[in-house]
Amino acid sequence: MALTVSELTIHHGAICAINNVSFTVPQGQLTAVIGANGAGKTTLLRALSGLNKSTHGHATWNAHNLLHSKPESIVRHGVSHVSEGKAVIPELTVNENLELGAIWRKNKRETRETKDQITSIFPRLGERLNQRTDTLSGGERQMLAIGRALMSKPQLLLLDEPSLGLAPLVVEQIFQTIRDLTTTMGLTVVLVEQNAMGALKIADNGIVLNLGKVAVTGTAQSLIADPQVRAAYLGY
Amino acid sequence: MFQFINTLLIGITAGSIYSLMAIAIVLVWRSTRVINFAQGGLALASSFVGASILAQQISFWIALPIAMIAGALFSALTEYFLLRPLLKRSGDKGEEIFLPIIATLGLLGIIKTILNFTYGDRIGSIPPPISDKGFVVGGQVIALSPMRILILGIVLFLMVLLTFLFQRTNLGLALRASSYSPEISRLAGVRVDVIRTAGWAISGAAGAAAGILQTTNGSGAISPESFEFSLLLVFGFVAAVIGGIESLIGAVLGGLTLGVILAFILMYIGGSLVFFSAFLILIVILIVRPHGIIGVKGGRRA
Amino acid sequence: MHKVKTLRFKTGIGFFLIGLCVFFLSNVVDEWRAFQGATVAVYVVAIASIILLTGYSGQISLGHGALLGIGAYAAALAQIYAHLPIWLCFVTAVLVTAIFGALLGVAAARLSGPYLAGTTLALAVGLPSIASQFSILGGEQGISFNVGWPPLSLGADFTQYKWFFWIATIAALIMMWFLQNILSSRYGRMWRAVKSNSVAAELAGIGIGSSKVLAFTISSGVAGLAGALLAMTTNNVSPSVFPLALSFSLATGAVLSGVNTLGGVMIGSLALVAIPEIASSASNLWSESENTAMILPELIVSALLILTVFLAPKGPIEKLRARHRH
Ligand SMILES: Nc1ncnc2c1ncn2[C@@H]1O[C@H](COP(=O)(O)OP(=O)(O)OP(=O)(O)O)[C@@H](O)[C@H]1O
Ligand SMILES: [Mg+2]
Repeated sequence: MALTVSELTIHHGAICAINNVSFTVPQGQLTAVIGANGAGKTTLLRALSGLNKSTHGHATWNAHNLLHSKPESIVRHGVSHVSEGKAVIPELTVNENLELGAIWRKNKRETRETKDQITSIFPRLGERLNQRTDTLSGGERQMLAIGRALMSKPQLLLLDEPSLGLAPLVVEQIFQTIRDLTTTMGLTVVLVEQNAMGALKIADNGIVLNLGKVAVTGTAQSLIADPQVRAAYLGY
Repeated sequence: MFQFINTLLIGITAGSIYSLMAIAIVLVWRSTRVINFAQGGLALASSFVGASILAQQISFWIALPIAMIAGALFSALTEYFLLRPLLKRSGDKGEEIFLPIIATLGLLGIIKTILNFTYGDRIGSIPPPISDKGFVVGGQVIALSPMRILILGIVLFLMVLLTFLFQRTNLGLALRASSYSPEISRLAGVRVDVIRTAGWAISGAAGAAAGILQTTNGSGAISPESFEFSLLLVFGFVAAVIGGIESLIGAVLGGLTLGVILAFILMYIGGSLVFFSAFLILIVILIVRPHGIIGVKGGRRA
Repeated sequence: MHKVKTLRFKTGIGFFLIGLCVFFLSNVVDEWRAFQGATVAVYVVAIASIILLTGYSGQISLGHGALLGIGAYAAALAQIYAHLPIWLCFVTAVLVTAIFGALLGVAAARLSGPYLAGTTLALAVGLPSIASQFSILGGEQGISFNVGWPPLSLGADFTQYKWFFWIATIAALIMMWFLQNILSSRYGRMWRAVKSNSVAAELAGIGIGSSKVLAFTISSGVAGLAGALLAMTTNNVSPSVFPLALSFSLATGAVLSGVNTLGGVMIGSLALVAIPEIASSASNLWSESENTAMILPELIVSALLILTVFLAPKGPIEKLRARHRH
């Protein structure tokens, strides 16, 4: 039970966005993926959830091959992806966005339980269930995006820059929630972040991507302590 | 006053049929972001299915749903075999908008030749199932007839059905979500390809109903070369644009508005200006209120 | 600059040679072929106007048949009421349709593809019925448009259809020469810039709206000429000369020619004239039924449309070119 990526290579036309990347994310752990703009973080996550096609390599989750499946079938294997930039549908209500996350699940009673669980994690969503999503604040939308992903009852959660455009206080709150989710629900999490310090603080492990290649890997502590990583990504 | 009310009644009945066609156009637009210019042709083919069932002395109440199922099937096949492979190929941007339009025009031609081949110059007939003689009120015959009431009733029933489908069922949620954001929908586990086909199928059923009702409300006869159905497509398109092309409620209101305006033009200005007025109304709306008169705020545009 | 001039000189010679060929051709073919030749030339003008609009300025029209109709009525009215000489009737057709096109173009410039397609379709459906509203337009019977007999100086055995053939061919050659020049001018470059990247074009200071309106205006003017020419061959202008089917045929012709290059315009024009003829002789071979003869052309054309969309979306010419390059 782990996410294993080996020799993954992805091209966008002539650009090689991910170049021979290998790593493992152990089950129940939170792994932060950091790197500069254009390092290939989003490309990597989109490949894992079936949105991007890979050129070469393997990626498996629970012995399920992720690279040759469609997003709609990958989510059925317990992998949920919160894509970059508040992945909610503004024209739908909050409730509908949440329901959408569980639309493929057959057991309605279980779905309702999941929803109750999510609204207790994010009480602000519970209060706004019948509101149209375009009335939500940026932070609330990000919570909703995560909530929608959780509605699929995933074991592996892929998060792409949940802190994007949020106030520092809200960012801290969201990071804390992500950490709690990992621990209490036993989720495995891949957290892609620009906010390297914040991400590494809550993460168990870290991967630094640079120009599509893995530059450094290790435990989160070791990365925070690494002088090169500090200089390049943590800014001190 | 009497004439005014009569005109209004005629307009509302015709408009309710345009609403159905507008819904058909909106559903296709929301599914795949194309206008299906064969929509009128598909409705005609479905109406022929209805007419051939009626020709076997089978009831209107069986012919209508069967024609709608046929319409759904035709439309779904169109999406699956024509549009899907076309939209899958990544062309450059200029082609993307042009090719689907041409492809649906080609389909229109093929539908017409198939109809011509099977029916030749025989015409299909869809007579009103109940009386289309106007009620007599105070010694005068008004435009409201049992048949008109029936048309309004059928349209209303279909609207309620569609509203229920879209607002209360998982299929409806999937249809709306895939139209607004296919990517998020796929991540949430929606099989967007299948849902698109479903959107086209519902559209085909609505178009078939519009075709059958238009025929009973009009001449009662259809031929493979019917001009009536090109008109129906254009009126449906204008109605959809009035309603902002994204919204089902907008399509309904747009259809009624157009029906009433055209009825008044027919009554007070002249029959030969009706078709051209539809064009003028379209131009005025697109210039003055490109989001539609009734366009829902926050709705997206392509 | 010098290069452009030699290019123009070369195309000028090319057109002259084509004209010469047509001249000899018109002397050897029979009446019916001469009439078909005239029709081909009319289609060349009409399809060129669509290619200019779609291929170069990126706008779609499913209603060019209506624009042809406007040109035809303008020419006929100019002849009947203003008694203008025939060549001025053609000029009137161009001007009136161009003005109408400019008005329509202002609306069209704000519309994206499917909207514009729907709007022009609405025009094609709506315009013909206007003829019944105003008695000056002659209702369903229409009004006559008569270019007259060929001048005697051409000889006594110079037939009417041959005369049509000449007029239409000369008009087509002039129009093609005009369009070639426009496309290699500043305006042509402007359209291409807008079509390939409207954002960049706007940054470079090109008015997107006005460039589109200009394209629509010119395209309409050319379509108006085609309409007057078509009315010449039928001797008459009536709604039935400009049905919705004409608009669809022209769009089809443009697709078969390849909407991106003016060069293929002959392909579509020949196809529109040849397919019905081939189809009818083919159906005579297979079956006696009249029905087959009637529907076969439409089937072939529609099938060709769909095949083109899938196999050669950029048109047959660019397809061939691409193959040569590999
Ligand atoms: N759809 C695409 N087409 C072409 N190139 C792309 C596409 N998506 C990404 N790229 C390129 O791939 C490279 C990696 O992009 P990616 O979005 O994965 O970076 P990122 O690490 O997520 O950056 P950021 O932190 O800014 O989100 C970039 O050079 C980008 O320009
Ligand atoms: Mg990114």
